[in-house]
Amino acid sequence: MRNRFAETVYRLGQEDPRICVIVADISPAGSIEKFRTEFPDRFINTGVAEQVMIGMAAGMAQRGLRPFAYTIATFALYRPFEMVRNDLAYQSLPVTVVGIGGGVVYSTLGGTHHAQEDIAVASAIPGMTVISPCDPLEVEYATEYCATQSQGPVYLRLGKAGEPVLTEDAVEPFEVGKARYIRRGRDICIMSYGMTMKQAMDVGGELEKQGHSVSILCVHTLKPLDTAKIAEALGDHDHVVIIEETSPHGGLGGLVKQVAFDEKADCEIHAFSLKDEFIHVYGSHQALLAAHGLSTDAILEKIHARIGKD
Amino acid sequence: MHIAPAFSCLEILDAVYYGLMARDDTNALQDIFVMSKGHGCMAQYAILEDLGILTPGDLEEYCTPDGMLGGHPDFGVPGIAASTGSLGHGLSISLGMAYAEKIAGTNRRVFAVIGDGEMQEGSIWEAIMLTPNLDVRNLVCFLDLNDFQGLGRTSELHPHFYPVAQKLEAFGWQTAEVNGHDTEAIHECVRAHSNTGPLFVVARTVKGKGVDFMENVPIWHYRSPNPEEYRYAMDNLSEVTE
Repeated sequence: MRNRFAETVYRLGQEDPRICVIVADISPAGSIEKFRTEFPDRFINTGVAEQVMIGMAAGMAQRGLRPFAYTIATFALYRPFEMVRNDLAYQSLPVTVVGIGGGVVYSTLGGTHHAQEDIAVASAIPGMTVISPCDPLEVEYATEYCATQSQGPVYLRLGKAGEPVLTEDAVEPFEVGKARYIRRGRDICIMSYGMTMKQAMDVGGELEKQGHSVSILCVHTLKPLDTAKIAEALGDHDHVVIIEETSPHGGLGGLVKQVAFDEKADCEIHAFSLKDEFIHVYGSHQALLAAHGLSTDAILEKIHARIGKD
Repeated sequence: MHIAPAFSCLEILDAVYYGLMARDDTNALQDIFVMSKGHGCMAQYAILEDLGILTPGDLEEYCTPDGMLGGHPDFGVPGIAASTGSLGHGLSISLGMAYAEKIAGTNRRVFAVIGDGEMQEGSIWEAIMLTPNLDVRNLVCFLDLNDFQGLGRTSELHPHFYPVAQKLEAFGWQTAEVNGHDTEAIHECVRAHSNTGPLFVVARTVKGKGVDFMENVPIWHYRSPNPEEYRYAMDNLSEVTE
């Protein structure tokens, strides 16, 4: 994701002199070096100083530029939270706050580096758009949107490097603000976004093997949420499974249940998220997800307990 | 409302708007002003009304549901470049604006006013450290050094805040110290340092300047006068301006 983001910003920056990258001593490798070399005026490293990174991005946007403010998700959003809220959102400025390593991606670095409540924190800000792409293709689409939109700030939650492409055969196109089916089935709908889309696909594959017809709905835009599409999915399936790498408070699971209540949906909902805990586990990303109960096996086991195993 | 904080920086704003900010052929302001100590915005509103950017009616409707002027400046209101009020934001925003003008190759300058209490915010020091490193020369930051903050005198609460100018020099800024109520002196010191580097002007001021019972009395940081105090203050101000 990181590399595709950098490549896309470089490509767009060649055509649009308004595009700037402002980082706080953390840089996406690869293509961003080309951007830095070719457009040195439009690449700023504030040093280890996130508050001025966001404040400066606001001032640059007020003068017509389109900054991408980039660092590790916790530092991009939590450290300068009030700058994100006041300088960007309150002033409706088109600045993209790019958080690398959303969720527990920095799995060996401990809780200080885990952005496990970033979706809730960013979504709580009025006027903030929250996008969490699931693969490099979605990163490219989302970055293009961020570079050209004029609505206000976006929190763009990225994973790391090396994620597989999951959506090249998606049955519906990517559009910010619209959930889309990657695959369309009849019985069970798995909703996910971001890095846990891989879990969603794996769980879906296992359930299909067991004879279920499974839809995969990618909810890459958490805010504004495509409630119409979610309501439709709740109506069209007997079971809805939500898998997300974020806190149980303020994530997609709770939002889907709100829609279900409002729509008087007649389906069962199974929501999986990170635990509401700081977990002192170090290892692979998959090991951290497993510690939070988000391994494919653990998810399948709980689903089987609810819907039976054929 | 914050009357005394507006009075301490009134001459600074007067000097900026009427003497330092560049204008285009139509006499419209070309340079940018950011009121980082947003609670002093009444001074700015009065000047914007005098310049015809706000109307007398706008001032009449200050802090009322029908009006557009609040107790802190809001981006989108005519003449207001940035939403401030939470301290420590305006200098980073000003730096971003100045940088954008620099890489666009314009001559626009950005003038910011910060408070001495506000300088305790870490974000101010992030911006102070970064500005010279980006070789931003079109930024002028005034420190409204009225020696008061919420709970008392800054010189007593934070004595090691002083001396201020030397700290800024050490970080690579041009600095000047001036009587913040002397308009001509403010003009001269800014002109003397034009565009040789980012400029930090330590402006010594008196909180509540112009109304004798408000001067250097902490309660007037936010207190509103009763009708009797208001009449006395207006008489006092007209004596001062005569």
